[in-house]
Amino acid sequence: MSEPIILNYQVSAADFSHAGEASSNVKKTLKSLGFPPEVVRRVAIAMYEGEINMVIHAHGGEATASITPEEIEIILKDVGPGIPDIPLAMQEGYSTASDSVRGLGFGAGMGLPNMKRYTDFLQVNSVVGEGTTVRMIIRP
Amino acid sequence: MKISEIAKLLSCRVWCGGDELEGEVRSACGSDMMSDVLAYAKDHAVLLTGLVNPQVIRTAEMMDVICVVFVRGKEPTGAMISLAQQKGLVLLSTELRLFHACGILYANGLEG
Repeated sequence: MSEPIILNYQVSAADFSHAGEASSNVKKTLKSLGFPPEVVRRVAIAMYEGEINMVIHAHGGEATASITPEEIEIILKDVGPGIPDIPLAMQEGYSTASDSVRGLGFGAGMGLPNMKRYTDFLQVNSVVGEGTTVRMIIRP
Repeated sequence: MKISEIAKLLSCRVWCGGDELEGEVRSACGSDMMSDVLAYAKDHAVLLTGLVNPQVIRTAEMMDVICVVFVRGKEPTGAMISLAQQKGLVLLSTELRLFHACGILYANGLEG
């Protein structure tokens, strides 16, 4: 396996308008590395959903992308409130987002389902009161 | 369908990307929920929405949407225009409501 390219970002929840900058950066990097457009798009969407989730639910966190020609791994780690019932959170349409978040166009309960849809592997580890770690793998 | 044709059919104002109007869109998506756009929009699409915030531009960027039409006379902010310019997106606006604007495009051969 080739030596991975590692990209690391602090995702701030201070300003909603900046949410998505890490995903945008990863998208740009993958494009410049010559990954197929469909792969770049899948990574961008899945990571963006995760980034938005961290901003909405967990006051931000840390995002890491690890890139090799064989796979792109995204790890999103937060110290937010955690997810009490992961299978329920995985259901399309289930959301605990506030009305103000819905007013911004999110909170339709599609975040985690979308992350599953666009990735080859998704693992969600969460401890209530401690935080959540999401690991995703996309294979070209 | 060319972006210029969309602009003409919906009597749009062009906010940025005026030199990209000959670009071709393959499908359309109309929604105020960006979560749904992220689930269903196809690439090289036009996004019609009444939502106005920077995440509309971010969502368009992630989905490889090439043109956004703001409906109901909504106007993008300066920050949104600047972000769209960086990403090479065309921003348009129309006075039409979402249902009406989507209907016109569908009737003229653009599918979802």
